[in-house]
Amino acid sequence: MKVIEAGHLIKRFGTVTAVNDVSLTVREGETFGFLGPNGAGKTTTIRLLTGVLMPDAGDVRINGIDIHRHPLDAKMQMGVIPESSTVYGDLTAEQNLHLSGKMYGMPRALRNERIDEIFVQMGFSEKRRNPVRTFSKGMKQRVSIACAIIHRPRVLFLDEPTSGLDVQSRRLVIETIHQMNEQGSTIFLTTHNIEEANTLCQTVCIINKGQIVAQDSPERLKKMFATTQSVEVSFDRTVTRDLFAAEGIVRAEPCGDKWRLYTDNPDRVLKYIVGRAERESLGITSLTTSGPSLEEAFVHLTECA
Amino acid sequence: MMEIPLFLRGILVITGKNMRLYYTKPPVLMFGLLFPLFMFFAFFVGRHLDLNTFFPAFLAMMLFFTASSVGPLITPWEKREKTYERLLSYPVTQDSIILGDVTAGATFGIGISLLVWIASIFFIPVAVTNLGLFVLAFFLGTLSCAALGVLLASPASDSPPNVMIFSNLVRFPLIFISGIFVPLQQMEGWGLTLAYCSPLTYLVDLFNAAMSGKSAFSPFVDGGVLIVVAAGFILAARVIQKRNMMKGM
Repeated sequence: MKVIEAGHLIKRFGTVTAVNDVSLTVREGETFGFLGPNGAGKTTTIRLLTGVLMPDAGDVRINGIDIHRHPLDAKMQMGVIPESSTVYGDLTAEQNLHLSGKMYGMPRALRNERIDEIFVQMGFSEKRRNPVRTFSKGMKQRVSIACAIIHRPRVLFLDEPTSGLDVQSRRLVIETIHQMNEQGSTIFLTTHNIEEANTLCQTVCIINKGQIVAQDSPERLKKMFATTQSVEVSFDRTVTRDLFAAEGIVRAEPCGDKWRLYTDNPDRVLKYIVGRAERESLGITSLTTSGPSLEEAFVHLTECA
Repeated sequence: MMEIPLFLRGILVITGKNMRLYYTKPPVLMFGLLFPLFMFFAFFVGRHLDLNTFFPAFLAMMLFFTASSVGPLITPWEKREKTYERLLSYPVTQDSIILGDVTAGATFGIGISLLVWIASIFFIPVAVTNLGLFVLAFFLGTLSCAALGVLLASPASDSPPNVMIFSNLVRFPLIFISGIFVPLQQMEGWGLTLAYCSPLTYLVDLFNAAMSGKSAFSPFVDGGVLIVVAAGFILAARVIQKRNMMKGM
């Protein structure tokens, strides 16, 4: 079943066309990654999909409901986490969640039950009665997420949810996205973090200059643009670039205490390194190969378009 | 049809949120509470003015300032704090936000002005000759003044101080041309023409009709003008905010 359907969306700001004929479909239970460089039109698209902005042309349906003709019914289906942690700083975490629950028409008893559950899940039970303005950025983002999932939405929109967060907060946000997806919510995620999209999303859509330039599974996108792979190696003593002057190694780059060797034949390079190390009495401290990356596909698509 | 209960609930929740968050903000306390009080002291204390003549006008001024002081703050404040975007993503429309802001402003105006009136009846012998008109004046006055407050906040600004300055530039001149300090009957020429253009004039006149029984216009004219003005302010705020939304502001 199609949960998000957008058809031929166009949005202009003056002479700039921020979103140019964008159409996309997200199926039920899917985690959909929406990638693009800065200014590509990600945030404008998410604002159009969530009814925060009116398009100049095109339509959006959430669970089959046209968001611009029936905005309230459509918005009842969704939870939105905007780009910056947009919660009321003068209210406590608990008051913010109550306000959010009231907006979705949740009765008090249900709100209380769900708020207790979320505080435990998000790990800030002891701070529930503190004003949000006293929280760190990561904590504010957790409250923002809690506000968006209080009513267990069928569709969750997240605009750069991990941007600028520390490792713990980032992990918690990703874990929450996983949990919501496992519980049946469809996830629409915009992110700069290619690795995040690679691990979280079943489908990735790349937007550049307001237009969709690719949409597929991360693996298929990687394969589509796989040109070179790499081998990373480190030894027990310092070596020079000359060591890697061999057939099959396209380029060698120092990378911290390691060397990254670009090749289109990793198998041959691995054999060469092991043989050479043996001949030179070098100890190999680490040796890894990396396949084609989503980052490569992203860069290719957004640079060439 | 399902959308009507959702729409009404949105207005209620937004009103509650505004009451909790904005009633105690310094600009609201300053321009909605302290300023009209200081104006009262400046013009009435030690000047031996006829309170029966001037109290209805003072009450109208109090109501005007209190009801129109909340609206200008809310939208710019929310835009600055970036909570406006989240608000729009909830099951509410721009209309529910506008009406929630108007209701919060009107409730503040009614509450404070009613308190002032109740307190004053212990010290000032001012009678209410027509209770129905008095209630109508309160209701229409707070509605039109709160709608003006929301309209003043509608230009796309995320700077509450700028919007407060702009709103005072509009509000202050109105109190000098609306028959508050100079009764309408004593005005003439340009002053009188300007007074006719000010919605506050009709509120002062309605309070005069309710409290002293003497008014320049029929209460129907006063009430009609206030209803039209309130509707006009709300519609103008709606058009401006919709235009801002199209522009992404």
